[in-house]
Amino acid sequence: MDMPRPDPIVLSRKSELVARLLTVLPQDAVIEDEMETRAYECDALTAYKCPPLLAVLPRSTAEVSDVLRICYDMNVPVVPRGSGTSLAGGALPTADCVILGVARMNDVLETDYTNRVIRVQSGRTNLSVSGAVAEEDFFYAPDPSSQLACAIAGNIAMNSGGAHCLKYGVTTNNLLGVTMVMMDGEIVEIGGAHLDSGGLDLLGIICGSEGQLGVVTEATLRILHKPEGARPVLVGFDSNEVAGACVSDIIQAGVLPVAIEFMDRRVTEVVENYAHAGYPLCEAVLIIEVEGSEAEIDAQLALIREIAERHNPIEFREAKDADEASRIWLGRKSAFGAMGQINDYMCLDGTIPVSSLPMVLRRIGELSKEYGLDVGNVFHAGDGNMHPLILFDANKDGDLELCEAMGAEILKLCVEAGGCLTGEHGVGIEKRDLMGYQYKPADLDAQMAVKDIFDPKWLLNPAKVFPLDVSDAKRSAQIAAE
Amino acid sequence: MEPTSEAELADLISSAKAPLCIRGGGTRLLGPIEGEVLETSGLQGISLYESGALTMVAGAGTTLDEIGAALKAENQRLAFEPPDLRDVLGTTGASTIGGVAASNASGSRRISVGACRDFMLGVRFVDGAGIVAKNGGRVMKNVTGYDLVKLMSGAFGTLGVLSEVSLKVMPKVEMQLCLRIEGLNAKQAVAAMSAALGSPFEVSGAAQALDGAVVLRLEGFDASVRYRADKLTQVLAGFGTVEMLDDQAQCDTLWRDIRDARGFTGSTGDLWRVSVKPSDAPELIDTLGAHAVLLDWGGGLMWVDMPKRADLRARMSVPGHATLMRSDDKGFEQVARFHPEAAPLAKISAELRARFDPKGILNPGLMGDVA
Ligand SMILES: Cc1cc2nc3c(=O)[nH]c(=O)nc-3n(C[C@H](O)[C@H](O)[C@H](O)COP(=O)(O)OP(=O)(O)OC[C@H]3O[C@@H](n4cnc5c(N)ncnc54)[C@H](O)[C@@H]3O)c2cc1C
Ligand SMILES: Cc1cc2nc3c(=O)[nH]c(=O)nc-3n(C[C@H](O)[C@H](O)[C@H](O)COP(=O)(O)OP(=O)(O)OC[C@H]3O[C@@H](n4cnc5c(N)ncnc54)[C@H](O)[C@@H]3O)c2cc1C
Repeated sequence: MDMPRPDPIVLSRKSELVARLLTVLPQDAVIEDEMETRAYECDALTAYKCPPLLAVLPRSTAEVSDVLRICYDMNVPVVPRGSGTSLAGGALPTADCVILGVARMNDVLETDYTNRVIRVQSGRTNLSVSGAVAEEDFFYAPDPSSQLACAIAGNIAMNSGGAHCLKYGVTTNNLLGVTMVMMDGEIVEIGGAHLDSGGLDLLGIICGSEGQLGVVTEATLRILHKPEGARPVLVGFDSNEVAGACVSDIIQAGVLPVAIEFMDRRVTEVVENYAHAGYPLCEAVLIIEVEGSEAEIDAQLALIREIAERHNPIEFREAKDADEASRIWLGRKSAFGAMGQINDYMCLDGTIPVSSLPMVLRRIGELSKEYGLDVGNVFHAGDGNMHPLILFDANKDGDLELCEAMGAEILKLCVEAGGCLTGEHGVGIEKRDLMGYQYKPADLDAQMAVKDIFDPKWLLNPAKVFPLDVSDAKRSAQIAAE
Repeated sequence: MEPTSEAELADLISSAKAPLCIRGGGTRLLGPIEGEVLETSGLQGISLYESGALTMVAGAGTTLDEIGAALKAENQRLAFEPPDLRDVLGTTGASTIGGVAASNASGSRRISVGACRDFMLGVRFVDGAGIVAKNGGRVMKNVTGYDLVKLMSGAFGTLGVLSEVSLKVMPKVEMQLCLRIEGLNAKQAVAAMSAALGSPFEVSGAAQALDGAVVLRLEGFDASVRYRADKLTQVLAGFGTVEMLDDQAQCDTLWRDIRDARGFTGSTGDLWRVSVKPSDAPELIDTLGAHAVLLDWGGGLMWVDMPKRADLRARMSVPGHATLMRSDDKGFEQVARFHPEAAPLAKISAELRARFDPKGILNPGLMGDVA
């Protein structure tokens, strides 16, 4: 992966930068020791690593503002970081950057059950937001599988989703307001506990902007009362096509499951060996979860069973109690870990129209043979968000490159099927050079126009999202113009 | 001007030297906007409708009537229920999907399923320089690059003219029920609505109608709706007698009137649409000196009939925003239509407009006032 050439002027001014940062931050918030900065050298896309010049761990919006003002003044690139669980290399440092970590900013600022909102500092983890309102049986709906670790800051930057987003929407649908610091240090308030914007929808553009428009320090989030209950079923099919058709029929019938998850034979096998969840070994397993009272759940599941039976499933297993429910979810929840046990993998995230599911799965199978790399599919089927996991061996010469080439083919396929490169993980560095598959130059120009306005020097999270040559040129031009 | 293709639209805009007033169905009351009228009605037609994937793609000039008819045939609907403001604004014409998208027009279901912008999957547009661009696509989840779809919905045409939109559509529900409680003041009404919305019983509409009654809507499969209605009746017992309406046509009319703010049809004051934190609404009502107020969105959306020329914003003691929806030409001259933004945001918005509309010809003056 190409990264920009570090700015020699920035590198040469490291000690001056440290000295200035120490005028606004306590000693323990500035990390310059090379052993310690290594902790920030990568995110969950561990194939790419680069230690930053420095890392800072501010505790307040005011401190973030002070840090950014200094970096802006000295033309130092800044990479915002939540918990570092990005799968797209979104939080990968450059050698000349300051990592701005918000992990110490994890307070709950306000819980308001009357208006159904919570305001938190952005470093708070996703699961602990729900934790903070559990006493009143409320929760925060978007639930990335990484929710124990990932921060609201990263969720906002990536517009993250999760298994239950089929019903509740992704981050952008549950975000009401932010406090954000612009690259020049200016603090802005966007949105709040009220709904929608009175002017342009700036909140909408900030969510999903991958840390390139500003550093989010606080967020107002919508919270909901928990449903009375929830219950999953497991349905096994002997073909992907049929499973795909069943998904489509369920959605059209007007039942609104909270989740419809899909696992193919390869993943089911690996998961069974690892977690012994008792899954049937067949071509496709669907896990469908519905919510409500006992009676409502029964009624919805009866309808789902009726639809599924039209497709001759080889098994329809309803959870009879909490233990069976957790066993049904166990396999799905351990899928990534199980795959990681057998090999290194790259997790793709292309999204397709549900109707193209069978065709895309078939082509992925063919590509797997062509490239000689094993692929497992486990994904959010209800909204067509694929997660092909390509297995490779990081210690084998050329395997990573082969895997990347095959990944690019799969993503191209998703775009050709009417879909997109990424449904929830973001572009980061991983897909930045593939953006041309999905967007024409004018489409990308329109996006970059927004970047020009929020961050004219292109210092925030450089070398991500847009093709490298384009963003490099922007940054050097702006700084040279000064 | 009435382009019949995106290419023609792009030509028109790139050669335009004077302001354009962009018009879909023209069902809004914009007050005086200078400029030659650019109609989008020629950009019309549904180009893709996959009911099994809940997706529709249509030209921006396609009327809501045509979209509604196509959806009805598949037993589907637009879940964000765009309001029809013709009655209350005294306009005629047929709303277009581009006009709905450009104004992020969302009805009572906003509080449960989201706004128009939450159902927009993709857009194609022509910016003020005549450049054609697209963003998003037609899939349910998409984080590929920045989300310009959100920026374009609610930009009222000031960043570009939409040529095509793609939407997430939803299945129709089997039935609905309404619960009604009379005799509550605004404070009690918001408390009752908050209790309902904070319950697990999935309320899809919560309003205090002009007659003072609090109405709540439940939708879904018959048995589920009835079960939730019973539960909710218990939750709300402390607020008064809970009456249940299950005549479907009656419920439809009730929610249509709320969504479209019909109670203000023919009233003589200026009409404002105000978005606030629900619990702030009662206090605000006390300070406004309004003729009448309709509360939707659990109290978060206030339709306010104000004495003519009274600047509602000057009396707004709480955070939020107010749009002047109906006035006379003089009123629109004196008071900004959109809520003036705080300086840092106004600066960003102005720069975005300058960038996307370098000639300053797209609905100039419509948005962009500074606080
Ligand atoms: C096992 C596993 C499972 C996962 N499952 C899911 C899933 O189900 N759904 C899903 O959507 N994702 C999933 N992810 C991906 C990842 O967890 C999400 O993208 C998450 O939102 C990243 O959050 P983070 O706090 O770790 O962010 P980081 O990795 O630290 O950063 C992510 C991006 O956010 C930016 N950023 C961080 N903080 C700020 C800030 N304060 N202001 C502005 N920008 C900022 C960074 O610059 C970077 O671009 C998974 C990851 C793993 C490892
Ligand atoms: C100032 C104002 C604020 C409004 N706010 C709301 C609101 O907050 N919520 C709500 O539910 N309804 C709102 N409406 C009403 C909403 O506009 C109508 O309900 C309806 O959606 C308009 O459809 P139409 O086709 O008649 O559009 P029109 O009335 O013709 O146009 C509505 C707006 O969209 C622009 N527009 C129309 N077509 C396009 C296009 N293809 N590309 C770009 N821009 C286009 C117009 O210039 C105009 O600004 C508002 C209307 C106005 C005038």
